[in-house]
Amino acid sequence: MAVQKLPLAKALNESLRKALETDPKVLIMGEDVGKLGGVFRITDGLQKDFGEDRVIDTPLAESGIVGTAIGLALRGYRPVVEIQFDGFVFPAYDQIVTQLAKMHARALGKIKLPVVVRIPYGGGIGAVEHHSESPEALFAHVAGLKVVSPSNASDGYWMLQQAIQSDDPVIFFEPKRRYWDKGEVDTEAIPGPLHTARVAREGADLTLAAYGPMVKVCLEAAAAAQEEGKSVEVVDLRSMSPIDFDTLQTSVEKTRRLVVVHEAPVFYGSGAEIAARITERCFYHLEAPVLRVGGFHAPYPPARLEEEYLPGLDRVLDAVDRSLAY
Amino acid sequence: MTVESTAARKPRRSSKRASAAGKPQSSEPQLVQLLTPEGVRVEHPEYDIDLSADEMRGLYRDMVLTRRFDGEATALQRQGELGLWASLLGQEAAQIGSGRALRDDDYVFPTYREHGVAWCRGVDPTNLLGMFRGVNHGGWDPNTNNFHLYTIVIGSQTLHATGYAMGVAKDGADSAVIAYFGDGASSQGDVAESFTFSAVYNAPVVFFCQNNQWAISEPTEKQTRVPLYQRAQGFGFPGVRVDGNDVLACLAVTRSALERARRGEGPTLVEAFTYRMGAHTTSDDPTKYRHDDERQAWEAKDPIQRLRTYLETEGHADAAFFAALEEESDTLAKRVREAVRAMPDPQDMAMFDHIYADGHALVDEERAEFAAYQASFAEEGK
Repeated sequence: MAVQKLPLAKALNESLRKALETDPKVLIMGEDVGKLGGVFRITDGLQKDFGEDRVIDTPLAESGIVGTAIGLALRGYRPVVEIQFDGFVFPAYDQIVTQLAKMHARALGKIKLPVVVRIPYGGGIGAVEHHSESPEALFAHVAGLKVVSPSNASDGYWMLQQAIQSDDPVIFFEPKRRYWDKGEVDTEAIPGPLHTARVAREGADLTLAAYGPMVKVCLEAAAAAQEEGKSVEVVDLRSMSPIDFDTLQTSVEKTRRLVVVHEAPVFYGSGAEIAARITERCFYHLEAPVLRVGGFHAPYPPARLEEEYLPGLDRVLDAVDRSLAY
Repeated sequence: MTVESTAARKPRRSSKRASAAGKPQSSEPQLVQLLTPEGVRVEHPEYDIDLSADEMRGLYRDMVLTRRFDGEATALQRQGELGLWASLLGQEAAQIGSGRALRDDDYVFPTYREHGVAWCRGVDPTNLLGMFRGVNHGGWDPNTNNFHLYTIVIGSQTLHATGYAMGVAKDGADSAVIAYFGDGASSQGDVAESFTFSAVYNAPVVFFCQNNQWAISEPTEKQTRVPLYQRAQGFGFPGVRVDGNDVLACLAVTRSALERARRGEGPTLVEAFTYRMGAHTTSDDPTKYRHDDERQAWEAKDPIQRLRTYLETEGHADAAFFAALEEESDTLAKRVREAVRAMPDPQDMAMFDHIYADGHALVDEERAEFAAYQASFAEEGK
């Protein structure tokens, strides 16, 4: 059956399975990805079916995981590495930024680095410190990397395969609070390009732009706004590097208002980049300044405070009201 | 700080300790040597090598030409033709010995000072100068000679070598991989992680540490409290210290380690105990941090002179050989000098090239914007 209703976690698992079946050069690497199937079970059952040579439990060393993945890629493999949690990627940040991102350019294009770094990210699951962060801007800022984040099961299935097929390094941020959300996945569909934004809901009065975990919140906000007679469009950016500004521009030229929503701190966040670019592109169309809703300039708080920290329905709707009041 | 802790630290700061800066932690233990500094051939119970006179002349030629190339590059930096140069002066034996131990299908992951290894791999030496002149960040195709690009971040490449070696093993190939790094890099986490990964996966990789005694201005004792080759034991594979100024011993030990890797017996750490005769790079000044008598002591162990003495004593090379080599050196230096001066600056738009294999919308946009900006000057000029 081509169309199935799957949680995002299972869709990602099916996607990895498909990639392992399709290309013998694809490898899965990471801490606990073997017998355990990863702490979120994204790699569940893969080692059993593809063996320890394809699905590799690694030592507990993030720089080692990414660094050896680079070496394997240079040998012709396509490693998909799992970083266990967002806050643990930093020991590997050096390898990702100084090596993975730059090696293709250093070699004047003569070698390719088809490495995917999967990072479960974001909050909302009541975790301890270092388990709920949103460091996407740190990666999107680095030339040589591509950064994407699916918001739903279908995108999870297709975007992961597209990332694996890409000859560029891709940082693949998985919204961990959406792992258990079910959605329809058509495994025989022809997916759109990996870095294309998607209009998730049509509207006329204002555009909400989001990606990953915040798309669902924005869709809920749009539904709530509808009840108050406001027509809100939601654009799921899907890719943070590159960003599909054309799709976003088309939406903003129609609605004339933009609110960007993400979990990461607003300060120097992706919302700042989006606001600046859209202001440049749509200066004469905008009826209000581009507003941003996101986390604070504070370390991700303890779990009992995360609902206050994370943008929720009310904060998004408040920004919608402020924009419409201009 | 308490009185006790001050007292406890005092001995480390004694003049005796200070004068030992840059000296080995232990006085050359188990140093594999096949040719003494005086040029006398000696035997070693575990490592031996049987080379023809022709092969030994070849090693000598490699070292002489590498030194000449290196000297020419240093001169070119002084003349403003290169922005920077990292000289290998004094490390010719470590590099030529290990480099000549490699097979064509082996793969090399260098740091940024492996000019002699590059020479052994058949990389045109002029290719090494692009990054130091500032026209690229490497630029050669690593797969042409199985010689990866120079890596500037210290120790990063040891993980790439390990991953590549894991791939070699997966492919069922019997080639080996060698990772070069220095004593300073041995302090980096990546080097420790590469030891862990290579041991766990039994990867066919040789870690070749050129312990040249100095990480810019910091002596080896600021990096380690044990001789570096002993680190390997804690990771579960053998470590061996070789006289890094003895090209024969470097060749024998590296060959043995590579063969071990090919047999599927996993990694080896080779510590080539040598000395950086010059500065770390042309931008530092060794007189600020080390005494000249140390350099003089190492000059007596010069890798090239000792092989020359041996070749002459044994009658393996005559005056005509040395004269011809001198001429070849001059020719090489001239070729390098001309090539550097003729090296074109990259085109303005080159900064947008090869950032991504599959393209990137923002790069395309910025390239177009910058091209239009540049073109506006051309129009003004009309």
